[in-house]
Amino acid sequence: MTERTMQPAGLRASLRGKGAVPRGSYDGSFFRRRTLAIVAAAVVFVALGAVSGTFVGFDSIKAILDVPGGLVWMATQFVPSLPSLDKLGTILPALGSTILASIASSCTAAVLAYICAVLGSRSVGVGGPVPLVVRGIASLFRNIPVVAWAFILLFSFKQSEFTGFFALFLTSFGYLTRCFLESVDEMSTGPVEALRATGATYGQIVAHAVIPLSIASVVSWVLYMIETNIRDATLIGILTGTGIGFVFDIYYKSFRYDVAGLVVLAIIAVCIACELVSNYVRRRIL
Amino acid sequence: MTEALLDVRGLTKSYDGWSKALGDVAMRVERGEFVSVIGSSGAGKSTLLRCANRLIDPTQGSVVFDGRDITHVRGRDLRQVRRRISMIFQHYNLVYRATSIENVLQGRLGYKSTVAGALGLFSESEKRRAFEALEQVGLADFAYTRTDQLSGGQKQRVGIARALVQDPLLILADEPIASLDPKSSRTVMEHLRWAADELGIACLVNLHQVDFALEFSDRIVGLKGGRLVFDGRPDELDEDAIADIYATGESEDPTLVPDGSGNPSVVQNENEDPSSITPGEREGSSVAPGENEDSSSVILSGARSAESKDLSGEAA
Repeated sequence: MTERTMQPAGLRASLRGKGAVPRGSYDGSFFRRRTLAIVAAAVVFVALGAVSGTFVGFDSIKAILDVPGGLVWMATQFVPSLPSLDKLGTILPALGSTILASIASSCTAAVLAYICAVLGSRSVGVGGPVPLVVRGIASLFRNIPVVAWAFILLFSFKQSEFTGFFALFLTSFGYLTRCFLESVDEMSTGPVEALRATGATYGQIVAHAVIPLSIASVVSWVLYMIETNIRDATLIGILTGTGIGFVFDIYYKSFRYDVAGLVVLAIIAVCIACELVSNYVRRRIL
Repeated sequence: MTEALLDVRGLTKSYDGWSKALGDVAMRVERGEFVSVIGSSGAGKSTLLRCANRLIDPTQGSVVFDGRDITHVRGRDLRQVRRRISMIFQHYNLVYRATSIENVLQGRLGYKSTVAGALGLFSESEKRRAFEALEQVGLADFAYTRTDQLSGGQKQRVGIARALVQDPLLILADEPIASLDPKSSRTVMEHLRWAADELGIACLVNLHQVDFALEFSDRIVGLKGGRLVFDGRPDELDEDAIADIYATGESEDPTLVPDGSGNPSVVQNENEDPSSITPGEREGSSVAPGENEDSSSVILSGARSAESKDLSGEAA
């Protein structure tokens, strides 16, 4: 994003340097040069895609032609059948445990991430090396994908619910710390200054100014994290052999596509419901 | 002379190590005295106020408050000093998510332990005291209203109530009326004046409005480029002194070109009758370069005509 906006700016600046039009007068070629810059950026973008596609042998024409056939196969194989409804007894508890693991990991991560974010904030933090340390830890946890964490943790904790929970927790922690840092640093520092002026202690300032000022965006981020985690948890479940991911994996690999389709539908329903709920909560708190 | 409440000596503050936001400022505030600080933007008014309660650490000089040198106090001692010095801000600095009375109660935090304060465990008498303070500023009806629903003037009065519950000896007000309309400004200034007269709380108020400073102050201090250039009663602040305080020599607005040969007396005559200046005249003719007008007098006439509009609005 930054590169895209910076590139035309740099281009424009260099072109302006060469331009003969004196500062303060009308420059007729300005818009032509801007259009050229945008076209050039678009061409580079398409060319990059084409080159990389060719390199890995991705035939876009063939891929597009394959889509209808694939859709037909999905429509015929993945439609839940009546007998598959009997399996709801297996699906729903697994789905429930996946949802609960996602919420638990998000909330635990949120509490720790918020503490780290406040202490590591540049505006209201404790200063010293703490901001750097917190940013380092957050960046480490965030930049290792949740699937990679699951693989790593599988060795230590074997296939268990805790492995999935822990993998989700670690990425959530990294991601939320980063988001909370932004939230805390972006809030207005006026009330913090006002409380310092009344002689309030650090803990009091955090309780009476920092938390009220940042809570709305913090809750919003936590809700987003829960949504994301429910989706990720499905994938993690396949790896750790727990939750709804595992149920899906079993039926998929034993060619019971109708049941697998039912599992997918259940996951989609939960994701949509979760998003609706979090949108509603967001509207109410903001 | 009895011991001053606030005694600032040789106060110097430099943010970057070489340029001085404040240079060798010495001033006193007596108990119950209302002192205004005037000066153009960047003259060091806010720095002076924040040095008084140590939100900013002075580079040199000393600050004595209530007979105690507070220049280097830290930690618990600093918090104990700060709870007797209230502060009011241009942008109110309220927690908008909270109600008026909750914001007012925050003024009591300096008197509470960390845990009790953080958990908001205020005593019944403190809650009553907070409500009384809201009554005193005329906001009893809005005690349980979220502060983001209040008007600017009401927000600032919540700020004053928060200042009052600290049982302060001194209120520092950093441009309390800069974001307010003339009518709300007057209300806020009247409440501050009342605090000084009735409660004996000294007020040190940064102002951009010279007319308000003249009307409400016991004493006026003028800052220019971080130096104290005027310190006296309002009746001693004549047009020459005002012109001197606001003559920066460099204007922030590039269209205002001071030519150094400004003749304040011309402006003075205009200002004898502020109503003679219409806003159109003020913005159009008086700033044209080449006319013998100093930038300072432009600022002054601006302030003056604002006052004239204010007064006419008040009369109507």
